[in-house]
Amino acid sequence: MLATSILLTKELPSLIYNPTRDRFDESWEAPLATLLGLGRAAGADFIEFFLERVNYISCLAEDDAITSISPKLSTGAGVRVFRGQSDCYVSTNDLSFSGLKAALEKALSIQGLILPAPNSYVPEINLELLRDYAIKNNKDTWNSQFSSMQEMSEVLLDANAKLKQKANHVQSRRAVYFRDWQEVLVAASDGTFARDIRLTQSVGYNLLCADGANRSSIGKRSGNTGDANFLRNWNYEADSEEVAESAGKMLYADYVESGTYPIIMANAFGGVIFHEACGHLLETTQIERKTTPFIDKKGEKIAHQNLTAWDEGRSQNAFGTIDMDDEGMPTQRTLLIENGILKNFIADRAGSMRTGHPRTGSGRRQGYTYAAASRMRNTYIAPGDYALEDLFNSVDKGIYCKKMGGGSVGATGEFNFGVDEAYLIENGKITKPLKGAVLIGEAKEIMNKISMSSRDLELASGFCGSISGSVYVTVGQPHIKVDSITVGGR
Amino acid sequence: MPSTQEIAGYAQEIAHKLGIKKFDIYGSTVDETSVQVDQGEPKQVNASSRSGVMVRVWNDEQTLGVTSTSDVDPLGIELALKTAYEASFFGAKENIPDFSPEATIPISHSPTEKATQAPAAKLIETLLAAEKELISAHPAITSVPYNGLAQRDVDRFYVNSEGSVRNESHTLSSIYLSTKTEQEDKKPRSAGAVRISHSLEELDISGCLEEAAKKTISHLNYEKVKTGKYQVVFSGKAFLSLLNAFSNIFNAQDILDKQSLSTPETLGMKIASPLLSVCDDALHPSNVGAETFDDEGTPTRRISIISNGVLTGLIHSAGTAKRLNAQPTGNANIGAKVTVSPHFYHVFSEVQPEQELSIESADNVIYIDQLKAFHAGVKAVQGSFSLPFDGWMIKNGELISVDAATVAGDFLQVLNSIVFVEKEAELTTSGVCPKVWVDALSITGE
Repeated sequence: MLATSILLTKELPSLIYNPTRDRFDESWEAPLATLLGLGRAAGADFIEFFLERVNYISCLAEDDAITSISPKLSTGAGVRVFRGQSDCYVSTNDLSFSGLKAALEKALSIQGLILPAPNSYVPEINLELLRDYAIKNNKDTWNSQFSSMQEMSEVLLDANAKLKQKANHVQSRRAVYFRDWQEVLVAASDGTFARDIRLTQSVGYNLLCADGANRSSIGKRSGNTGDANFLRNWNYEADSEEVAESAGKMLYADYVESGTYPIIMANAFGGVIFHEACGHLLETTQIERKTTPFIDKKGEKIAHQNLTAWDEGRSQNAFGTIDMDDEGMPTQRTLLIENGILKNFIADRAGSMRTGHPRTGSGRRQGYTYAAASRMRNTYIAPGDYALEDLFNSVDKGIYCKKMGGGSVGATGEFNFGVDEAYLIENGKITKPLKGAVLIGEAKEIMNKISMSSRDLELASGFCGSISGSVYVTVGQPHIKVDSITVGGR
Repeated sequence: MPSTQEIAGYAQEIAHKLGIKKFDIYGSTVDETSVQVDQGEPKQVNASSRSGVMVRVWNDEQTLGVTSTSDVDPLGIELALKTAYEASFFGAKENIPDFSPEATIPISHSPTEKATQAPAAKLIETLLAAEKELISAHPAITSVPYNGLAQRDVDRFYVNSEGSVRNESHTLSSIYLSTKTEQEDKKPRSAGAVRISHSLEELDISGCLEEAAKKTISHLNYEKVKTGKYQVVFSGKAFLSLLNAFSNIFNAQDILDKQSLSTPETLGMKIASPLLSVCDDALHPSNVGAETFDDEGTPTRRISIISNGVLTGLIHSAGTAKRLNAQPTGNANIGAKVTVSPHFYHVFSEVQPEQELSIESADNVIYIDQLKAFHAGVKAVQGSFSLPFDGWMIKNGELISVDAATVAGDFLQVLNSIVFVEKEAELTTSGVCPKVWVDALSITGE
């Protein structure tokens, strides 16, 4: 008895599929199972379809006016075809059966395969019962709950007015918000059939102050997943005060003198150092390229014994939280480093196949135009045993990096990131503000120099750009001390 | 997938049906294939066929709403028009964008003929051969971890309810190769090169290979550089990347938004050494992806930005031009808030320098080939930068690779500290620019 239904390719033109246009539900099972079967019959070893629908809106308030409300609607699909360990990815806007079939055909042809002849049998793929995280976690109601254009305009204008009250020497004030609603469906020839809805939001300030030749620019953003009331609950009273205070202090800051210093990095977004200097190098993408110094270090000491670090997708409402990754795998908590010992890598499907490291629910992508790749989610250094004053008291002359800018890591493991708000530490005390600092180092070296962690772990939202586009992530850490690092300045 | 003409056609019908009297639509379709390889095997092949449009709708109160969509069938376009109409009641109430006064004037430039796309197998074969040749260029080059060969067909259009209809097509082919070295007791080093052309046949792959190999080999032996102030020579690519990071100086929208190092009054003032002249030249013969109109339908052109050190022009959208009593320049990017960006720089010098400098006779000079990590090290509205770079220390005309160093400064000070602009221009992906020599920049090394 046949386990799967059988159809002939010559019957394909007469098949009528009418999956719902406005929702990825069970009605997509039949056409996708047929297409996956076609791909397998053509000789592909593995096929995956990723369908996406996005409803995005951004709003910008400049000084006392709304200057931009920008909705964006997007639908599309990608098909990934593996033959052995080689893969190709074809994306399209056309979600009709013929559009998806054309994308599949193109992917197969790139792999040197062709669709089966007209009288060939096509075993449809048995997909699992739709694993629907949107229904399971009551996400279908978000559409009716989140802020209207009217409300987002009012909140941002009020927030900007608050910033005007708090700041001095203001040259420009910006409050920005975006909401990204994304519905995804994954169907693969191994039977994966899963749907999710993600709601990601971010709101924040950019403040530019000027007094003669002195200038300072400070930004602050908060991010959230899964809370339709996020904008309504934005505490812009507190954020405006923080931004205004930072901009005021940095307005008259001196340039940092370049050199090598011990530094203390603030908690929350200070975690970008771990994200750049280590996190990326633990992605299987980097193992495949042989661009990580940690390639064969699993089980070995790669960091200071006081350092433990996680990458996970489960912290409630955190910016990098997902119920499933973009390959349909449930997310998980992945222990990366425990007391300095490398425990796990961050793996997607292809990375797992090519490197042998187990998948971690980390196959992520910006959208349907990208194939998934191993990417971080919420990544942070675990809290340590030190009190914050212990860290400061251990520094005679150093730099306190209170607010980090962006950063990057190169092919040889060298990283750089800017510091938006820094202070000189002298004899354990913060003395004066400094600007223009860039931290420069090498991943392999820096991980052994993170010698102290305080107990005050906090997370912060961020955007990570890499091979599969820009994805929402969380970075995090308690305050940490780096024994020495090169600081670029004047 | 509907063509741009079909999309434009039914969008106009739907707008009429919805009672939308004033609208414009900018859109494009892109067919793209790209390949990567890894150690003699194809790694990943990507292909995409996608369309996207941005619709702008003005309501009866003449306020503007926009929506972009990739769902370009009639139902998708209808939803986008409705959403834009809804958004129009919440958008800007002042300085509302309008049609470009130049959206209907004829464009004399003839469209470029599209090149035929090569099959993916041909791309893979070509890139595999390039990878093999690069790895064989030197025993230390063990891999080319970042590589890609791509070709792209682009069709773009602009239509508006006052009868503007523009469309054009072009094709692009590009290759990038970035090496990694491994040598005992030495740090891994890397270097890369990029080429862009109209088609795969015209793509200078051998030039890309030669440059990547030559640079990589030049970085095998490296030294720390002492921290201090140095005369610095920027490659054309490095100087253009820095110029672009501070393009707010001549970006009219940034100036109006007070996000610029300039004000409207800076126009006509000296901002750089008299040795420096800069144009934005969308139609420069070397600009492979030249576009003849911007997202608002305004024809593109050559704009003098800096002439002999004086800020002579800004790049504009229709809206910024109106507010600053100037002509649009064809630099607009459509959106709820129209932004402005340059197309293709042309940097040159028109005056006789006091001194002729050359790498061959230089000593104790830093030669910066490539600046990195811009998003970490540039404070565009403060004018400051602190950036890691790939480059060399020049000692008595000899190039010695520099290990892990950064360069820092104020960009306006850099412009005023230019002491020499070489004659021979380097073609880069963002423009043509010769080497530019600058005095007394801070280098952080050892």
